[in-house]
Amino acid sequence: MRHTLVAAVVDRPGVLNRMVSLFRRRRYNIESLAVGHSETPGISRMTFVVEGDDRVIEQVKKQLEKLVDVIEVRDVTGEPAVVRELALIRVRATSEQRGEVAQLVELYRAKVVDVDHDSLMVEVTGTEEKVNHLITLLEPFGIEEIVRTGPVAMVRGARPKEFRINVLK
Amino acid sequence: MKRSGAEILWECLVAEGVEVVFGIPGGAVIHITDALPRYPVRFVLTRHEQAAAHAADGYARATGKVGVCLATSGPGAANLVTGIATAYMDSIPLVAITGQVPSSMIGTDAFQETDITGITLPITKHNYLVTEAGELARVLKEAFFLARSGRPGPVLVDIAKNAQAQEAEFRYPEEPEIPGHPPKRPLPEDLLERAGELLNTAERPLILAGHGVLLAGGHTELLALAEKGDIPVATTLLGIGAIPGSHRLSLGMVGMHGTLQANRAVQTCDLLIAVGMRFDDRVIGDPKAFAPNAAIVHVDIDPAEIGKNIVPDLAIVADAREFLAAFLPLVEPKKRSDWHAEIESWKREAGWDEPLREEGRLLPQYVIHEIWRATEGRALVVSDVGQSQMWEAQYYLHELPGSLITSGGLGTMGFALPAAIGAQIGRPDLPVWVIVGDGGIQMTIQELATVVQEGLPLKIAVINNGYLGMVRQWQELFFNRNYCATCLHNPDFARVAQAYGIRGLRVDRRADVRAAIAEALETEGPVLIDFRVEPEENVFPMVAPGRSLSEVILPQRKEVR
Ligand SMILES: Cc1ncc(C[n+]2csc(CCOP(=O)(O)OP(=O)(O)O)c2C)c(N)n1
Ligand SMILES: [Mg+2]
Repeated sequence: MRHTLVAAVVDRPGVLNRMVSLFRRRRYNIESLAVGHSETPGISRMTFVVEGDDRVIEQVKKQLEKLVDVIEVRDVTGEPAVVRELALIRVRATSEQRGEVAQLVELYRAKVVDVDHDSLMVEVTGTEEKVNHLITLLEPFGIEEIVRTGPVAMVRGARPKEFRINVLK
Repeated sequence: MKRSGAEILWECLVAEGVEVVFGIPGGAVIHITDALPRYPVRFVLTRHEQAAAHAADGYARATGKVGVCLATSGPGAANLVTGIATAYMDSIPLVAITGQVPSSMIGTDAFQETDITGITLPITKHNYLVTEAGELARVLKEAFFLARSGRPGPVLVDIAKNAQAQEAEFRYPEEPEIPGHPPKRPLPEDLLERAGELLNTAERPLILAGHGVLLAGGHTELLALAEKGDIPVATTLLGIGAIPGSHRLSLGMVGMHGTLQANRAVQTCDLLIAVGMRFDDRVIGDPKAFAPNAAIVHVDIDPAEIGKNIVPDLAIVADAREFLAAFLPLVEPKKRSDWHAEIESWKREAGWDEPLREEGRLLPQYVIHEIWRATEGRALVVSDVGQSQMWEAQYYLHELPGSLITSGGLGTMGFALPAAIGAQIGRPDLPVWVIVGDGGIQMTIQELATVVQEGLPLKIAVINNGYLGMVRQWQELFFNRNYCATCLHNPDFARVAQAYGIRGLRVDRRADVRAAIAEALETEGPVLIDFRVEPEENVFPMVAPGRSLSEVILPQRKEVR
């Protein structure tokens, strides 16, 4: 089963390397990973999707938590969480086809963010399924390039723990 | 007050109570060694950095303090790797300090540059690259704290050369600031009570004690628990000494070369309380067939060990000593004579003392048992890896906690001699014996020079069978006696020792064993004895890799069920 985990990590050089090295060494199956700053300076939040049974996920969580730069890891899979991913899709479209593509884009509440003489760049945000769906629908036009962030997640309602850290340069 | 980075390093080490550093100098640590004479720290010059790491490891195991080693950048740092990995696998608190090329040159493939923080990422608890003198004090505070806190382990601090020369304000922080580490966990009272109920209603309980009991200093509490509940105790290799080897409740080691009674007890018990151990594959054999009749209670300080190899019925994340102390009052006093009678019958069946009684051939088991006899089981023994390590575990009955030092998790040949150097320096009051094979000794034999230079009275027993014996045994049992690349044409070890300035003896006959050991004990300085033992003796009992602990092979490949 696929699990979505959210980790709070100290924002130090090498922290991503440490986590990825752990995934590789212990042969965990990571499907996506997204990192960025959190509300606390010096702390980043990372969302990653792992494939595995409960025992594997439990191991991933515990092994990660042993890393000194990892403050906590939470499996949000069963929780009421908002999970979103952003994708940029460059799709082929002649001037006659633009209208048709624009309709699909509208339907998915996506945006056309760049127009070239024979292609469009589309920005879509949503669940992975929604992004996948739009991609399928755009495929007949001819997809030239896709960039996806991988999902980020936030649990509804609950306020996060406050982190007290000594902010390092 | 302003100090150079090199001075700050030594100030920090002194503040942490470090008395000895093992290492080898070089260009990228020359500021550090230059400042050393101004500080009350003994520098032990090893002949290879691997040995420096093992010596720091042996020192840590023998004293319970953090071991420290030092190496220059590039090859020096790379040479530490095996030693760091060994300490990591066995949860040994170590701080490894390496020099790095100046920060302006990092990443340019500079002379003697190696990415040691990258290389040691998976074999350290944590590591640091320090490029400014002002960061050093905080980093060292954290490094020492991490090395010894929670589940101990090695930490590496890589210091760029410019940071050693640069001056900075020095103030040693009183507390490290590491968010979330180690997580505070109160003892779970409800689980303890549940474990107590399980124990009080069990008929055939067994305690399996690991290294964690010794690392936590919980041997007294363990013994009290075992005696109160009349519970037999088996140990892992690294748990040896957690209960005195001669105690009536001691079953010896479990696992691949464990005693018949220990493995039978695991497979027969109805409750297994595993404390401070991690169900290593050499301990459990086939995980699906492990302890099939038992409820398993797993107590370990590292939550990631719970459920990793064996899923327990009850898990308690705790320091082994704290657990044992809190558990003791919940346990009802009992007498379990039927269970002990069953265990006794397995002991008799095992024929453990047969190799000791055999006249004629010079058997390695006899040699080790005679060392046990001569030292009354109270020496600090540092064993290497291979058959000799297993015979040591079987035939040297350790009376004292922490009196066996060996590379369990990584199984590092070449560990024993340098680790013994560190152990003897840490414990000058104890007799230290090295038990090592003819293969293993030659992986770090250059350290005989360190032994002499430091004036260490080590007694070194080379169990010389002319083979990489443990591999040869597998070739004999599982590869049709295809002895490929396992036969050793050895030098005369006694004369090699003499060339280093060490008393060298050689024993070819069983009748000469006692006299040679006595001579070694009477000699004030170091002695090496080359025991030319039976070449093709095998280690039994044995459980073939991946097989169930129920399938114990006894000598003559007599399979017993
Ligand atoms: C550094 C290292 N290389 C290889 C091995 C694989 N290995 C395990 S036991 C063994 C043989 C050890 O031979 P020796 O030191 O003579 O001890 P014996 O088994 O003969 O007692 C070998 C090669 C190892 N454990 N460590
Ligand atoms: Mg040998």
